[in-house]
Amino acid sequence: MTSQEQNAGSAAGIPAAEARDVSKRYGATVALHSAGIAVRAGETHALVGRNGAGKSTLVSILTGLQRPDGGEIRFDGAPAPALADRDAWRQRVACVYQKSTIIPTLTVAENLFLNRQSGRGLIDWRGLRRRAADLLAGYGVDVDPAALAGSLTVEQRQLVEIARALSFGARFIILDEPTAQLDAAAIDRLFDRMRELQSSGVTFLFISHHLQEVYEVCQRVTVLRDARHILTEPVEALSRDELVAAMTGETGRALAEGVSRPPVPATAPVVLDVRGLRLAGYYDGVDLTVRAGELVGLIGSGSSGKVALAETIAGLRRADAGTVTIAGSTPKPGQVPAAIAAGLGYLPQDRHREGLVPLLSVAENATMPIAGRLGPAGIIAPARQQATAERMIRTYDIKTDGPRQPVSDLSGGNAQKVVLARALANDPKALVMVSPTAGVDVRSKASLLGAVNEAAAGGAGVLVVSDELDDLRSCDRVLVMFHGEVIRDVPRGWTDADLVSAVEGVEQQ
Amino acid sequence: MTGTETIAKPPTSGGTRPGGGRLPLARLRDFALVPAILLLVVVGALIDPVFLSSANITNVLQQQTELALLVLAEAIILIAGKFDLSLESTIGLAPALAVALVIPAASNGLGTELPAGLAIVLCLLTGLAIGAFNGLLILRFKLSAFIVTLGMLIVLRGLQIGITGGQNLFDIPPSVLYLGSAVWLGVPASIWISGTLFVVGIVALGYFRHGRSVYAIGGNTDAARAAGIRTDRVVWVVLMIGGLLAALAGLLMTGRLGSVAAAQGDGMIFTVFAAAVIGGISLDGGKGTLFGALCGVIVLGLINNILTLAGVSAQWIQAIYGAIILVALILARLTSGKAQD
Repeated sequence: MTSQEQNAGSAAGIPAAEARDVSKRYGATVALHSAGIAVRAGETHALVGRNGAGKSTLVSILTGLQRPDGGEIRFDGAPAPALADRDAWRQRVACVYQKSTIIPTLTVAENLFLNRQSGRGLIDWRGLRRRAADLLAGYGVDVDPAALAGSLTVEQRQLVEIARALSFGARFIILDEPTAQLDAAAIDRLFDRMRELQSSGVTFLFISHHLQEVYEVCQRVTVLRDARHILTEPVEALSRDELVAAMTGETGRALAEGVSRPPVPATAPVVLDVRGLRLAGYYDGVDLTVRAGELVGLIGSGSSGKVALAETIAGLRRADAGTVTIAGSTPKPGQVPAAIAAGLGYLPQDRHREGLVPLLSVAENATMPIAGRLGPAGIIAPARQQATAERMIRTYDIKTDGPRQPVSDLSGGNAQKVVLARALANDPKALVMVSPTAGVDVRSKASLLGAVNEAAAGGAGVLVVSDELDDLRSCDRVLVMFHGEVIRDVPRGWTDADLVSAVEGVEQQ
Repeated sequence: MTGTETIAKPPTSGGTRPGGGRLPLARLRDFALVPAILLLVVVGALIDPVFLSSANITNVLQQQTELALLVLAEAIILIAGKFDLSLESTIGLAPALAVALVIPAASNGLGTELPAGLAIVLCLLTGLAIGAFNGLLILRFKLSAFIVTLGMLIVLRGLQIGITGGQNLFDIPPSVLYLGSAVWLGVPASIWISGTLFVVGIVALGYFRHGRSVYAIGGNTDAARAAGIRTDRVVWVVLMIGGLLAALAGLLMTGRLGSVAAAQGDGMIFTVFAAAVIGGISLDGGKGTLFGALCGVIVLGLINNILTLAGVSAQWIQAIYGAIILVALILARLTSGKAQD
């Protein structure tokens, strides 16, 4: 096998990409302090660290978008090209960012050959589409080159970006949290593809917050913490707890167990009651109940309709049929204020798009749904807003300079805490949360889930809609959605394999 | 090398969905206004037989040439994701300054009395300089294009009034009058010029790498930069071309009217944006074609002509024209089926 020869050859030899003693400051902030990484040719190397540990800075230095203040970058043993020579960089390294570098208004073919559609002279559109089709077929990417890039799914978009990177001749590819927006099946397909590319000699640097994925696809792992390099080890030599400890700098409890909670009495009132809910194209005939103090999980693949269901409960969508009852009252369907008035708290899927107003302060964001209670006649009393926000910052352990800081300055985990604080601000009787820990680091994850448990202990009924098994471990029961229907109701004590096979609908076929 | 074989797995049903049929639809959108134009021609012919006479058609087209050049400039700038409101002042200031530099002080000139042959060059250079200055403020000083060019709109108009003392300039050298009044092969030169420039623009933006980079920048600047496009340089050039085209439009207008009015171009920018948006250019950048923009110009020109032929009273024509533009925008929004962006 060629890959093993390459691995064996390079283990002793020169790394495919290497950063040595790299430092970078932004004003007073040290983003990297003589950190380094060496990625061997042919391996898949994980880069992990909490938000703000310096991962993004290291990536932008490795891809030549930023100049390090000190240290050096080498590819295959040779010094990196000059920063201005983008073509030379692109032949050595490519990065698939979380933020798309696809231009949505242009076709897939044009995106693939952007700025190299032709040599000189006229662009041959037919030939361009043919070249694009060949390129995509060569990597087994089934996407129509004439389609507008904006119409692609996240998964297709990533594959197009990987194909584009490879077409430049780069054999070292950085994947920056590629799995954050994918469902479980798409993640598996991505991993299969990564393994195949790896066996044909492609080197990956893989960034993820999901440590399970690191163990699944990576051979070695580098941990950054507080702008410094902490360790680089083969993954099999590092237990999950050791890895978490390296990331957080403390021997914290792993999330794996979940919190044990007293059982919810059968007499507890039902706070969320969904009956026969149907929305064409998303879900059909969904019934579910959540009792006060109960923590219910809802899992399913991206096409299962689980997010649409959550959005319907929150009043963002209007169901074709069926009812949603929140704490005994039935709010007018399709209206968010009605749902809030009935006692619903909602944590949206994408905090950037639906959760926060980035330029407004922490205080304003957190108190938005209860602004009416901060003063008479629509006046927002600044002192009361401030006091409320300060209480929230303490309760949810939000790391911020103070209530006046714009939310856009906060790290992902802390921004998510603000969204959670807001969802809980009006003491909801029922709380619906979609992917509450997406893109959040290990420690923030624990404190977010802790706050959710506390809300449940305080008598709220909580519905956690998530693909992330760690989010669901504390739940009293987990509902599994498949193709728009709730197919299973799994009590506590499930195994990962159990739940994942149910999500994939394995028992169904 | 086993690479390609092993990677080429059968497509999985969930994640991949060919988006076939999208492009023909997008192509079709380019021609969305053609039926509207045909309808207007029929309506015009029914209202007044004069409408279809070659004299009237030529007249309509010639009147639209200045607007067409401004729309060409604005469309390219909008596709690049920027704004330029100052075009409507450039169309007045550029010829006014050029003429003032060559005519004697007695005719409201500046008294420099440069050779009259330089006037055209001076006019075009003024346009280029204005575009370059806009670029400097927007790209180097990172100011908002909207507010910069709004400021420039006022400054440039003020400069023109200051230079000419608020007077219309009548003593125009023949060289300046030529382009706007000459007739080539039986068709006014200004129609040839505008038509040619649109063809050049359509080919450049459709079939050349640098032209496509304008779309890339408007669609996603970061992605364009990552692909090695020198985004600032391209936008700067686009803004300079915009100023140049506006100055050329000023020459055509001066030649057609035989003078430089103190308010030349005043209020045109609304029509410019309306034509561009009706023609399918997105205000968010990255979307639309120059052919569509040209159709937008023709639609507005025909509407204007039909209103005049229909004998709508001069006092009301502006209100009705504006209202029709708004209706056209609503129709464009409905036919495209998406929120206007």
